[in-house]
Amino acid sequence: MVTPSASQPASTAAAGKPPVFQVADAAAVAQARQQLDAHTVEMMAWHFHPSTGCPFWLDYATSLSFDPLKEVTCYDDLKKFPPFEDEWLRGGPVRRWVPKGMADKPMFVFETGGTTGVPKSRVNHRDFRTDYEMFSDTLPEEYFPRGANWLMLGPSGPRRLRLSIEHLAQHRGGICFCVDLDPRWVIKLIQKGWMEHLEAYKQHCIDQAITILEAGHDIRCMFTTPKLLESLALALEKKGTTIRKAGITGIFSGGTEFTPQWTRFAVEELLDGAYMTPTYGNTLMGLAASRPVVPADGYTIAYYAPQPRAVIEVVDFDNTNEVVPYGGTGRVRLTTLTHETFIPGFLERDEGERELPYAKYPWDGISGVRPFRALAASTTVGVY
Amino acid sequence: MHLPAYRFGKPYESLERDTLVHFLTGEKIAEVSQVGGAIVGRDLQKAGQARAALLAIDPEEIVERLQTAGNLYAHGTLTVGDTKQSPDDFVKQQSATTGLPESLCRANMQKNMFVLANMDRMLDALSRGLSPEILWKGYGTEHRGVVVSYQAQSPVLGLVLPSNSPGVHTLWLPVIALGVGLVMKPGSQEPWTPYRMTAAMIEAGIPAEAISLYPGPTDVGAGILNTCRRSMIFGSAKTVEQYRANPGVQVHGPGFSKIILGDDMVDDWEQHLDVMAESVAINSGRGCINASAIYASRHTKEIAAALSERLGPIDVKPPQDPESKLAAFTIPGAAKAIWGQIETGLKASGVSHMTAPYGDRLVEGERCGWLRPVVAHCTSPEPEIARAEYMFPFVSVVECSQATMLEKIGPTLVCTAMTENPAFQEELVNSTAIDRLNFGPIPTTKLDWLQPHEGNIIDFLYRSRALQVAVEKTAAVS
Repeated sequence: MVTPSASQPASTAAAGKPPVFQVADAAAVAQARQQLDAHTVEMMAWHFHPSTGCPFWLDYATSLSFDPLKEVTCYDDLKKFPPFEDEWLRGGPVRRWVPKGMADKPMFVFETGGTTGVPKSRVNHRDFRTDYEMFSDTLPEEYFPRGANWLMLGPSGPRRLRLSIEHLAQHRGGICFCVDLDPRWVIKLIQKGWMEHLEAYKQHCIDQAITILEAGHDIRCMFTTPKLLESLALALEKKGTTIRKAGITGIFSGGTEFTPQWTRFAVEELLDGAYMTPTYGNTLMGLAASRPVVPADGYTIAYYAPQPRAVIEVVDFDNTNEVVPYGGTGRVRLTTLTHETFIPGFLERDEGERELPYAKYPWDGISGVRPFRALAASTTVGVY
Repeated sequence: MHLPAYRFGKPYESLERDTLVHFLTGEKIAEVSQVGGAIVGRDLQKAGQARAALLAIDPEEIVERLQTAGNLYAHGTLTVGDTKQSPDDFVKQQSATTGLPESLCRANMQKNMFVLANMDRMLDALSRGLSPEILWKGYGTEHRGVVVSYQAQSPVLGLVLPSNSPGVHTLWLPVIALGVGLVMKPGSQEPWTPYRMTAAMIEAGIPAEAISLYPGPTDVGAGILNTCRRSMIFGSAKTVEQYRANPGVQVHGPGFSKIILGDDMVDDWEQHLDVMAESVAINSGRGCINASAIYASRHTKEIAAALSERLGPIDVKPPQDPESKLAAFTIPGAAKAIWGQIETGLKASGVSHMTAPYGDRLVEGERCGWLRPVVAHCTSPEPEIARAEYMFPFVSVVECSQATMLEKIGPTLVCTAMTENPAFQEELVNSTAIDRLNFGPIPTTKLDWLQPHEGNIIDFLYRSRALQVAVEKTAAVS
């Protein structure tokens, strides 16, 4: 079995060494927890009030043995809910997920999955904008300068990411160029074993990216996935140039294949000095930023959810209401608490190690994120 | 012990490592750095330097250094990874992670050494006497006075190597002597041969920048196959099917090797029992050249019974026992799953399990399992088990008329045919189902290294093409 932690523990807590990052102090952790508790109560009041909640949750509440309006007084009380089943998100009517409190607002629907069968849907009014505006505040200005133009080289179509990156660019005063990429087709190519087609499709995307980068648009920031970043860097190297020389100073990327070794390889050999920030996210949660990834920390990649809007917990594989000790390994349990979406205790298809709270994000983090072992064999990752 | 990756000679320690453990005890044997496919893609942009480093040395000198490397590989103490490794260490480590008995590890070592020691003769045979200078320069004048040109199709050969059969390494040993570099993904359980061979070659003076070793997950293999213009992969029938139409990939999968007894000699079958037993069981039946079926028109039940009497009693012994003949299946549950498939096959109509009287075939250990030899008898070629091949001594003895034999045998890597009937011999020679053909009592596992195996490696790496030189320049060419 390949273990990122075999020689260089992915989790600082697991290594038994003093952390090289600034751990949040107890007061900050307690304050963040109070905010989370208060936010939870506020969200219950919104999602379960007949005048503001969505039809799904108002209907669901009638089957519960407790009253969420009265009996959820802190975050931990959300354990009273049975685990959220993402299957509920498949199929319509989509309006059952729109809170009555925003029924007159323009709505987007974003999809996840859907290579075969009905995809899961999440309605959005402006959650994606809020998430990416908050994320924007974490980006270092030196590498992601305000006003710079962006390239979105990642999944497009009915996905949240495409619009989010465009909004991020606009929010920072730039304009976003995009390349079409259909991940459902990519997964089908892999499943069919059509590897030549897969390579050709990847090359098709990279060719378009290089064309845009060479077209004089002063693009300095980029979103891309690890696999596409590799391909882009190698294609540029073949042309005698690099990502940095092509003008890119800051890269925002995401995916479970973001291992310490891959990050080290990218930093040492692909980026030529461009800055890269890994993220962990999905359509249901939003976006978790990472603390700085540095050699002294063994290139550990630790993510922190955008609390209190979303919470990531690393829970015991068998008892999913119990978090594991710091440094311990467990499954990702996700809770989303925004006015637009309420998702309590959703067991993600990923696992990782529980990380200590970080000064900038004084709540639990997660490192070593990878596909959940029980589902890993049936999960296709790192495809685009 | 830690085995780093080697990026054209430069050691590279990954932050990710795979731990290899002893198949019986779980004791940690080594850590192996794990790299990703992108490293391969990046390094291969400079693959031309690997060939250039080799071409800077006289080809005859390269062959001499390979012969020295063979000696070092078999007898020397070499620095492998971060540790000194003696031949005994190598044997114990290879046995510990692959489940092969130590005696078989030593036998494979001798085979590799033999190929390197005879490299000059092998090259002469495979190139049909071509001067190696012609491969180095790309063209030259043959001894017949004709200008010939051989164009290298790739500066390196990519290799996606297996975990379960150390015997296959002989196939790539001539590559360096042909002026082509090596880019290898070692098998996850058997990194030992590629690492030790690389250490021996470098110690003998082969340029380190001509060889890369990239241990890692499947995307390393995909990276090699996508980027190297010529590669070899070892895998299952599914792998063979996936790359069948790709001229840049030579696929080595199951061999389905066979022994055929012609009607003119089948009555003397007892004389050939040794050849049959050796073909089935040597090297624990793991090779694609081990026989998985024996075809004859009569006496098949007696042949199967006699083979069962010979092979059936073979039992599991400790790996260090010189008499140990069976390799373990080191993946938990693998032996049991294979036995389940075989049991199903043995229940088919017309199939008899001839080794049943010799005790249980499945032996389960705490961390691994073994399968003792299985001989099946089939009254026709129709049952599925007649076309099966497994990674242990397994054979189906199949009753089939000589007239329909070549129609029925299917793809056959090595065919040993016991016949002196000229008409049948002619049919055998013309059968495109057969790759290597042996006439007479030659075990399927006994290879003549002076002959090509699954295609001539020189034809795979070089393309013979036209190159004309104006008459007044001809003298300069030669």
